[in-house]
Amino acid sequence: MLLNIKNLHVSIGGKEILKGFNLGVNEGEIHAIMGPNGTGKSTWAAAVTGREGYEITEGEIWYKGQNIVGMPPEERANLGIFLSFQYPVEIPGVSMQNFMRTAVNAKREYQGLPPMSMIEFTKMMKQKQAMVEITEKLQNRYVNVGFSGGEKKKNEIFQMAMLEPELSILDETDSGLDIDALRIVANGVNQLHNEHNAFVVITHYQRLLDYIVPDFVHVMYDGRIVKSGDKKLALELEEKGYEWVKDLKL
Amino acid sequence: MQSYQFFLYFCKLNIRVFIMESNPKENIIEEVTNKDYEFGFVTDIETDFIPKGLNEDIIRLISKKKEEPDWLLDFRLKAFRHWQTLKMPTWAHLTIPPIDFQDIIYYAAPKQRKAKSLDEVDPELLATFDKLGISLDEQKKLSGVAVDAVMDSTSVKTTFQETLSKHGIIFMSFSEAVKQHPDLVKKYLGKVVPYTDNFFAALNSAVFSDGSFCYVPKGVRCPIELSTYFRINAANTGQFERTLIVADEGAYVSYMEGCTAPQRDENQLHAAIVEIISEKDAEVKYSTVQNWYPGDKDGKGGIYNFVTKRGICRGDNAKISWTQVETGSAITWKYPSCILKGDNTVAEFYSVAVTNNYQQADTGTKMIHIGKNSRSTIISKGISAGHSQNGYRGLVKVVPEATNCRNFSQCDSLLLGDQCGAHTWPYVECGNDSSILEHEATTSKISEDQLFYCNQRGIPTEKAIGLIVNGYAKDVLNKLPMEFAVEAQKLLSITLEGSVG
Ligand SMILES: Nc1ncnc2c1ncn2[C@@H]1O[C@H](COP(=O)(O)OP(=O)(O)O)[C@@H](O)[C@H]1O
Ligand SMILES: [Mg+2]
Repeated sequence: MLLNIKNLHVSIGGKEILKGFNLGVNEGEIHAIMGPNGTGKSTWAAAVTGREGYEITEGEIWYKGQNIVGMPPEERANLGIFLSFQYPVEIPGVSMQNFMRTAVNAKREYQGLPPMSMIEFTKMMKQKQAMVEITEKLQNRYVNVGFSGGEKKKNEIFQMAMLEPELSILDETDSGLDIDALRIVANGVNQLHNEHNAFVVITHYQRLLDYIVPDFVHVMYDGRIVKSGDKKLALELEEKGYEWVKDLKL
Repeated sequence: MQSYQFFLYFCKLNIRVFIMESNPKENIIEEVTNKDYEFGFVTDIETDFIPKGLNEDIIRLISKKKEEPDWLLDFRLKAFRHWQTLKMPTWAHLTIPPIDFQDIIYYAAPKQRKAKSLDEVDPELLATFDKLGISLDEQKKLSGVAVDAVMDSTSVKTTFQETLSKHGIIFMSFSEAVKQHPDLVKKYLGKVVPYTDNFFAALNSAVFSDGSFCYVPKGVRCPIELSTYFRINAANTGQFERTLIVADEGAYVSYMEGCTAPQRDENQLHAAIVEIISEKDAEVKYSTVQNWYPGDKDGKGGIYNFVTKRGICRGDNAKISWTQVETGSAITWKYPSCILKGDNTVAEFYSVAVTNNYQQADTGTKMIHIGKNSRSTIISKGISAGHSQNGYRGLVKVVPEATNCRNFSQCDSLLLGDQCGAHTWPYVECGNDSSILEHEATTSKISEDQLFYCNQRGIPTEKAIGLIVNGYAKDVLNKLPMEFAVEAQKLLSITLEGSVG
């Protein structure tokens, strides 16, 4: 199993947000996590990627055969965990080229590889940009600065394509996207998807799941998964609304 | 061809550069493994000292050792007598322990006669330059940069003289210039910074040891970047350089100065003077990367850098730009300034000042608009970390006759952590209403969001800080000559190591 989360409890500033979260993800699978706002989806993503301030009070996160609780975030990233941020962060003055090059070479260093040559890197940037249909010159633009909402999300998928992670978590990558951008993002994911990697797609809307077809759908409420099923569960959720989830919990 | 030369030069500095790079400045955020001050080594060279302390006899002795003409000795003595009437100023936002000016050795020269060729230079000395990344030999062959290296107080070796003299450009140690071009030195010395200017200017004028002199004749564009490296070597010696740069009518020169000093527990005083004269239609670009020893993590030791730098755009359409990257010194106290005397003159000040641990900086600029339609730009980027204090102090003054002037000032502060301080003191005096003065200021912190975003992409926090800080300082770094920009980026990262987490 690529990722196995057992009875995860997470607190922020002493307040418990995740209350016994369980999830197993195999290579090659696509999982969707759905649930109302404030239920702890982003908190879960932060805990898995190792963000500071998210205190794991109980439980285990097994990834590629090791419990990664306590491992620094950059190491998790270099082990192949990627998060497409719900709110991508702006870094003024740092070009996408410099940023990605630093990231790619950090990972290579971690793997004991020499830095990528500039020629190879430039080629790779071009190719991956095309995958998410970013046509404008990305390399000289500062990280997320002045990007539209759609561009920011495409940029996240672009970075994912560059870093070739084994586990990708997409936190509401579809929110606020028009149908064209949604299709592009989904296309990117589908092209990258293979039998060696896995995706966990956090979303509000079943709409995205028409493009990225999940093997499993999980419904989250109040800090844990309350129901799991296949794609039909997403449709059911759409039909019945999140009120229905609350009843499930009881 | 040009980029090939740069490539070789970079290799020499052990800095990775890729020829294919579209913008080489972009990509060099070096991982630095050595957390200590990288240049903290002491060279074992016999040094020629004079006794500690300061009085007229010492000044006469310095002057005699340097075989100076009488007029220069007079200048020194006048300055000294004036200095004796002054008290060290206290207005800066700095905490300076009392300095015993009688406990300083004012002159130290490596015991080494002027060498004829590189082969004759003390190998120890050359090794020192190697560590500094400025092997003269390599420089000469590869870099297209003329270097006037100042070790302690005496200029050791000057390269590229021949290329320069073809264009009639004079670039040599100050002492040599006094001997070879006394009329030029006499004509310009102390004209921009008179010895009466301030306490440290008076002190420097009395005891200055050596420095660089540069004169570019009428209509000549200096074809190479001129560069001087300063380094304080002997213990307990103050370093008092004197730099004088003159661009005659229509001339152009770009001058770079880098500094390092070995690590010592005692504080060392550095009080230099830099004077720039830009005549009608001339342009001078002055760039400096200051990397004096900042003291250790607890604030012990380090250089006091109290420097007076000033330029004058004397004729119409003259231009001067100052670019400085300040990462070193225990205390930095300086305001590279411009007097915009001619009409349509242009002056620029670009500065990055980084302070970490217990470093203190009170730095900025003065732009004095006297000529009509004169324009000035000030971009100041302060970065403070640890327990440091980082202040920008700037004056923009427009006299009533200087109509239609423009100034744009931008002063940004970036804070790392909450133990440090950032301060901004902009002073404005505008004497007419046809001039427009703009001032923008921001204070920001490196956010936890930004660091986590980098971490999540596999970039460790220290590297992320280097990346973000270099991005923040980019507008200034881009003004540096390329080889300096690379070094400066590296220095920024080194300086801020260990400042977070
Ligand atoms: N940094 C934080 N500090 C305090 N509370 C937080 C923080 N982040 C999230 N929360 C709280 O945790 C709960 C879950 O938030 P979140 O994980 O963002 O939910 P979701 O992504 O499902 O909308 C919410 O009640 C939110 O207010
Ligand atoms: Mg969320």
